[in-house]
Amino acid sequence: MQPDIIRIEGLERRYDMGGEIIHALRGVSLTISRNEYVAIMGPSGSGKSTMMNVLGCLDTPDAGSYWLNGQEVSQLTDDALARVRNKEIGFVFQTFNLLPRASALHNVELPLVYAGVSASGRSERARQALDRVGLGDRMHHRPNELSGGQRQRVAIARALVNDPSILLADEPTGNLDSNTSEEIMAVFAELHRLGQTVIMVTHEPDIAEHAERVVTLRDGRVESDRLNQESAA
Amino acid sequence: MALQTIWAQKLKSFFSLIGVLIGVTFLIAVVSIVQGMNVYVESAVTDEVGGVNSFQLRQRPNFTGGDVDEAQWRSWFRRPRISYEDSEYLRERMTVPATFANYCADRVTLEYDGRRASDIELRGTEESYFDLKAYELDAGRVFVRQEVRTGSPVVLLGFEVASRLFEGEDPLGKSVKIAGIPYRVIGVVESQGTLFGMSQDKFAIMPYSAPGRRLICPLNVMDELMIRPDNPQQLDAAVGEVEALMRARRQLKPDEANNFTIETADEALEFWDKISTVLFTALPLLVGISLVVGGIVIMNIMLMAVSERTREIGIRKAIGAKRGDILSQFVVEAATLSVTGAGIGILAGLGLAFVVKALTPFPAAVAPWSIGLGVTLGILVGVVAGVYPAIRASRLDPITALRAE
Repeated sequence: MQPDIIRIEGLERRYDMGGEIIHALRGVSLTISRNEYVAIMGPSGSGKSTMMNVLGCLDTPDAGSYWLNGQEVSQLTDDALARVRNKEIGFVFQTFNLLPRASALHNVELPLVYAGVSASGRSERARQALDRVGLGDRMHHRPNELSGGQRQRVAIARALVNDPSILLADEPTGNLDSNTSEEIMAVFAELHRLGQTVIMVTHEPDIAEHAERVVTLRDGRVESDRLNQESAA
Repeated sequence: MALQTIWAQKLKSFFSLIGVLIGVTFLIAVVSIVQGMNVYVESAVTDEVGGVNSFQLRQRPNFTGGDVDEAQWRSWFRRPRISYEDSEYLRERMTVPATFANYCADRVTLEYDGRRASDIELRGTEESYFDLKAYELDAGRVFVRQEVRTGSPVVLLGFEVASRLFEGEDPLGKSVKIAGIPYRVIGVVESQGTLFGMSQDKFAIMPYSAPGRRLICPLNVMDELMIRPDNPQQLDAAVGEVEALMRARRQLKPDEANNFTIETADEALEFWDKISTVLFTALPLLVGISLVVGGIVIMNIMLMAVSERTREIGIRKAIGAKRGDILSQFVVEAATLSVTGAGIGILAGLGLAFVVKALTPFPAAVAPWSIGLGVTLGILVGVVAGVYPAIRASRLDPITALRAE
């Protein structure tokens, strides 16, 4: 058994929506081991976005605990969370979220800037990360000069450049056509094969099929947690 | 990074630069021009007084600060004038070795062969005057002691007077008429250039004892006695001696004020000091106002930038930017904006100073400290104006920020 990279216990998160309390998470417990490839599924309102935010250390839970790579992160300060996001988490978003005016290379370098890596080290590592996603020849292009699939690869390179504990993808294919989606899924599969822990939030069952484990949320609780037959086979 | 962002929004950035730009432009230009005028006025006045090392004994001041009331004028005019006897008295008794020149001047018209040159300054003086003023001659010779003693009707012309009256003819030995009396031209003084845009060559010099003296000075008195100690180190001693001798000669009691004026280059410059002090006092106000306006504009631009770039801030936070990182990013951006404005302002100010230098006789003297001050103010305004928007940016919640369009 691989050591746990993520362990959450009794996670709760409430929002105050104009006086009405919304319970987004009502006590979620989950353990994810190193090198797992997990899809988190659920219909809208199931709490999967909140789950993603908490897992990504963008949000802190109201109750429960969250160990990420052996560190309890549920009660950290903003700046400490920023450090955790920088070192432990690589984000891939539905809308790519690249800086539009910066080149691919510069976008990928950005996490290293905040990690305090020297300029020459940044450039070297960002080039390697772009090479890994097959964009070594596009590194000086800006996002608007790249196709959707290429943009998402830049985002993946940016997510990987700091060697994070987990790659956290939020609807990574939501803005892509099916062919391109397959390409991106192939990239994820390759990263997983090379040992990367991948967590993907999606509402599309056929995308979730690429993961080896599927966790389904409903009304802020884990509804099902199953190994994917096809993938496991 | 900050520069890239600014470059990407050229037009908006340019407008936000204007306040700081104008402030710094004024700072540099005004300081340069005033300093240039300082240099210029100092040399001009020093020249007029007859050099740094000489001084003048006068009935009343030649250079005044401007705000002299009528009672003051009247009391000046009631003073006895400086007489030939005063001059002789001082020359006999001064122990500090010095050169003296009696001097009188007024505006007259010169005529030659039907041509007239009016508004010419006719100066009556003695041979030592040329030495005191360090005049070089283009042609001819200066008058000699003998001609001063006998009051010979000889004259030296300023460069412009000579060229206007003679139009290429050789003036030497020709006879010009001043108030109907003929004078023989014995020399032409080398061109002296211009002062405040006015020609310095519109003069004629004759012995103070020549017939024309009735045109410029009443009998036996003069406008001023020019005195230069032979050793520049003894200027103060000479001034003190002249003052003591004149007080004794005029029998002034110890509590009575001088009823004469001793004017040195320093004193003549006092009036200019007053003007430049006023300019230097008004300057910070002017610069201050435009910098405050510039700061407010930059703050607004940065607040707009923060709301427009909320998503960018969200992205940066998601990938690990701490509050301090976002804070410093926006402060640095504001400061870069402001320093860029200051930089352009410095160039524009220098440009303005050089334009003034080219179009007017004032030499623009750029003060290095004003450039340093310009850059410092630029940084200061940027940081002050940038802090509030930057704090707003750094406090944004990453989730909300990421969702922003």
